[in-house]
Amino acid sequence: MTLIDLANPTRFLSLTAKILPWLAAATAILLAIGLYQSAMAPDDYQQGATVKIMFIHVPNAWLSMFVWGVMSLSALGTLVWRHPLADVSAKAAAPIGAAFTFLALVTGSLWGRPMWGTYWEWDARLTSVLILFLMYLGLIALWRAVEDPSRAARAAAVLTLVGAINIPIIKFSVDWWNTLHQPASVIRMGGSTLDKAFLIPLLVMAVAFSLLFITLHLAAMRNEILRRRVRALQMQQASQPRA
Amino acid sequence: MSALVALLRRDIQVALRVGGGALIGVLFFLIVVVLMPFAVGPDLALLKKLGPAILWLGALLASLLTLDRLFAADHDDGSLDLLTMSRTPLELVCLTKAVAHWLVAGLPLIVATPILGLLLNLDGDATMAVALTLLAGTPALTFTGMIGAALAVALRRGGLLLAVLVLPLSIPVLIFGVAASNAAVLEPAGFGAPLSILCALSLAGLVIGPLAAAASLRHGLD
Repeated sequence: MTLIDLANPTRFLSLTAKILPWLAAATAILLAIGLYQSAMAPDDYQQGATVKIMFIHVPNAWLSMFVWGVMSLSALGTLVWRHPLADVSAKAAAPIGAAFTFLALVTGSLWGRPMWGTYWEWDARLTSVLILFLMYLGLIALWRAVEDPSRAARAAAVLTLVGAINIPIIKFSVDWWNTLHQPASVIRMGGSTLDKAFLIPLLVMAVAFSLLFITLHLAAMRNEILRRRVRALQMQQASQPRA
Repeated sequence: MSALVALLRRDIQVALRVGGGALIGVLFFLIVVVLMPFAVGPDLALLKKLGPAILWLGALLASLLTLDRLFAADHDDGSLDLLTMSRTPLELVCLTKAVAHWLVAGLPLIVATPILGLLLNLDGDATMAVALTLLAGTPALTFTGMIGAALAVALRRGGLLLAVLVLPLSIPVLIFGVAASNAAVLEPAGFGAPLSILCALSLAGLVIGPLAAAASLRHGLD
């Protein structure tokens, strides 16, 4: 089945109704496994047990950037390929991405207090993620500011693509500037520098969080489609003469 | 080409005559710079240290507040629809309007900088450096601001949304502008790099701004 087959909202609704319970179950199982493995992971020789915040903080951070990537693809789908559900996908993803970014900032801040002695530092990585969070909020504001969802979609698509420049800046900020935040340890040239005892739980949690995003995203897309149907019905009712 | 020149002249004339013209932006710049010593205290040494940052923030806010006049007036009287439908590429139209806006709103800020530098106890070198970085950076502010203005053009009370959309994109310009200005005072050898990046941001904005603004106008107006 190709992407164009999913362009029919009804078919999309029926398909997601079937697979969403399985996705939710898979997410719950993987999260349980990941959390168990994180709890069982050894203490770091320097950080002690505090290192385990990494298993929540890093997947949140990865996902905050990944969701903007998904939104950029949806934006291209709206502007270039005119896929009917592309704007639904973009609108549904924005609050989820904002939530991941917020959690990344909060968990990172809680980790920074014992590790760096400060809740916040204006270094390149933290500042660029904060800007990403502001851009998510601005995007959500833009979605809500325009009445007609399909017109809002095109404006939001342009803003998403313009803001996509921030993603490589965040990724490489620790390399380009002298930052308090540590340099890349997993996705870097020459492979990961994390020991397997930490890398495996981290990757399991990352997959679990990705599944969580997919589940939430599909559920949000379903809600958005239903919301638009309600809106269309309301407009139809409002335009009819009073019976 | 003559269509663009005519558009440029028209935009400059309208901006100079309506809504306070060029001087309202300078007046706002002056007020922001005057507010700062009330907030941080009249300590001249502190003001000298913060001077470039205060001037940059004032210029950023002043150019932000004049942004909605870029497209709003034309949208209200229908000439924006005509511009969208004309034979001249919409990207060039947006570019011309941005240039006109910068000439009327950005350039007077740069001219006013030496006087305001006096208020903040900045010496000649620092003031010249700030003026030069503003000259390199305000085009970037105008071009990225144009994207927000185009996105918010059809909204009735889009002023605050415009600011929320534009400010995150203006942060790199602010960072490098202040970095260059401070470098000019503290370690002149480090002045070239941030200034080059400012010029690069302006040049990138020169390309991306009109493209994104035209796309927003096209999609937002139909």
